[in-house]
Amino acid sequence: MQTASAVSGSGGSSGVPASLRGILPVLVALPVLLVLEWLLSNSPFASYLLSIMAVNIILAVSLNIVNGMTGQFSIGHAGFMAVGAYLAGVTSLALKDVALSFLPVAVSDQVFLVVALLAGGISAALAGFLVGLPSLRLRGDYLAIVTLGFGEIIRVVVTNTEAFGRALGLSGIPQTSTVAMVGFWVFLVVLVSRRIAGSSHGRSLWAIREDEVAAEAMGVNTTGYKVRAFVISSFFAGIAGGLFAHFVPIINPGSFTFVKSMEIVVMVVLGGLGSTTGAIVAAVFLTLLPEALRSAFAAFGSESTLAQQVDQIRMPVYGLLLVVLMLSRPQGLFGTKELWEVIPRWIPRRRKGM
Amino acid sequence: MSEAQVKVLGARQEFAPLLAVDGVKVSYGAIQALKGVTLKVGKGEVVALIGANGAGKTSTLRAVSGMLKPVGGRISFAGEDTTGAKAHTLVPRGMAHAPEGRGIFPNLTVLENLELGAYLRSDADGIAADMEKSYALFPKLKERRKQFAGTLSGGEQQMLAIARALLSRPKLLLLDEPSLGLAPQVTETIFRNLKDVNAAGVSILLVEQNAHLALNFAHYGYVLETGEVVMAGPGKALLESPEIRKAYLGE
Ligand SMILES: Nc1ncnc2c1ncn2[C@@H]1O[C@H](COP(=O)(O)OP(=O)(O)OP(=O)(O)O)[C@@H](O)[C@H]1O
Ligand SMILES: [Mg+2]
Repeated sequence: MQTASAVSGSGGSSGVPASLRGILPVLVALPVLLVLEWLLSNSPFASYLLSIMAVNIILAVSLNIVNGMTGQFSIGHAGFMAVGAYLAGVTSLALKDVALSFLPVAVSDQVFLVVALLAGGISAALAGFLVGLPSLRLRGDYLAIVTLGFGEIIRVVVTNTEAFGRALGLSGIPQTSTVAMVGFWVFLVVLVSRRIAGSSHGRSLWAIREDEVAAEAMGVNTTGYKVRAFVISSFFAGIAGGLFAHFVPIINPGSFTFVKSMEIVVMVVLGGLGSTTGAIVAAVFLTLLPEALRSAFAAFGSESTLAQQVDQIRMPVYGLLLVVLMLSRPQGLFGTKELWEVIPRWIPRRRKGM
Repeated sequence: MSEAQVKVLGARQEFAPLLAVDGVKVSYGAIQALKGVTLKVGKGEVVALIGANGAGKTSTLRAVSGMLKPVGGRISFAGEDTTGAKAHTLVPRGMAHAPEGRGIFPNLTVLENLELGAYLRSDADGIAADMEKSYALFPKLKERRKQFAGTLSGGEQQMLAIARALLSRPKLLLLDEPSLGLAPQVTETIFRNLKDVNAAGVSILLVEQNAHLALNFAHYGYVLETGEVVMAGPGKALLESPEIRKAYLGE
């Protein structure tokens, strides 16, 4: 990694000041999102797609903190998303008729949205702590088994709880989410993730990922750091769920299945375990892929029923993608590196060729 | 309790106390790996722990460094009771453990490995100075500092493991089979360097299969058999004992 940054540093023209590197993706993403919201203000479908994309980015970037940076294997991220979605949804429903009269309606809505999101995020973080503490004290695959179980338990609990609308789902949640709000949380999760990577916390996670026993011998509080990473990751999954609940008309247990968890895992693996920008690129790609397939089907003049089948062929396509990737590039798109470490290495090579 | 059965050969040289392990028991589920191990390491002393495969040498080191929680007995280090203390609380108090099988980070460079050795320190100048010291001790590491640790030779990896452990500025260095899989000349180099480390005031608790090497190097030695200390004495005295010669030196 040392060598990689040395290479990109000597790349010269493409060198980015070190202080800017951590927030570079955010600096690029945020104005783009704001401009997009303005451009798409009368295109509900585009806003919806962008919001889904943002939610997927938050999920992938947060899962990358655990599965990528720490080298643990969580496969129940959708469970934490569900906790956030339902708790935020219930909070918003409870606060539906309340308004801050001294503020414009739109602003008041956003304030309550943030309150609901925090309720969802903190609940998910708490769930993360309860799940993470016992399973992360042990080494090995316990986390995978426990998170798998957790995701299913949440689904069963929700399906059998009146307050959460049982299998029918929860509807009527105020649709107060905006592209700017989801963009803000994308900003925050990327910032936190990059801050962690560059800090001593990140170095500890790095050591744990490389060799947990050696990390422990070196004085790394392995359990503490793993649990902290897991709680942060769960918090953002809860936020993603909360946002989701505020722009889809209805949330039901079907939105938070094991398939959703695997979709997030695929994003992280595809982007490269440990790469934040990789997770972003993969999340964007895998959000757009089914839409692109849908449009392609539609362009060929097929019936809408066929377009709907895209949803069903999505998982086989993911599976195929993973197989191809593991064969050709097992470290993922970017490996553990970030976009700005990878791109400069591509450019000079091409120049040399010309 | 097992104290009575320990055969002690010769008088021990005086050192100020640093580590005292008293009747420590360790279990892995139903397997009792240590049945009450008692040993001491003094300030500036080199102590060797020898014994057959599975005798419990690694388990003893892991209990001392806080990577295992003993189910019985007491451990005190640098004047404090450290029984059951976690590794991350012991490293800042001067405990360094170079685990069995080296435990270096293969996908990090030599330099990054060394930096992680100084993980709990924040004195940049001190770290830089100690880094230079370890390069002086192992010049090979300086040459290879940009190289991935996994691509070092076995001997270089062992040097790295020791250098990395030293970067936490330990009072006590726990070494688990530093000669494992190394050619005799490389082992010799490493032990010569360890002598320098000890001369600089670092105490060493050394686990070795190579009893001859270990007992020649150590001030004092303990022989571990199926989780119990069965014999103890100055290194040279143990080397001359007929039991040791028969059981561990193949005579
Ligand atoms: N994690 C573990 N789980 C179960 N049993 C273990 C574990 N680690 C060690 N043991 C058992 O405890 C006993 C002592 O093991 P230990 O590793 O301490 O021996 P050792 O003296 O270091 O051996 P060697 O010279 O082969 O390294 C052995 O019988 C071993 O099988
Ligand atoms: Mg051993």
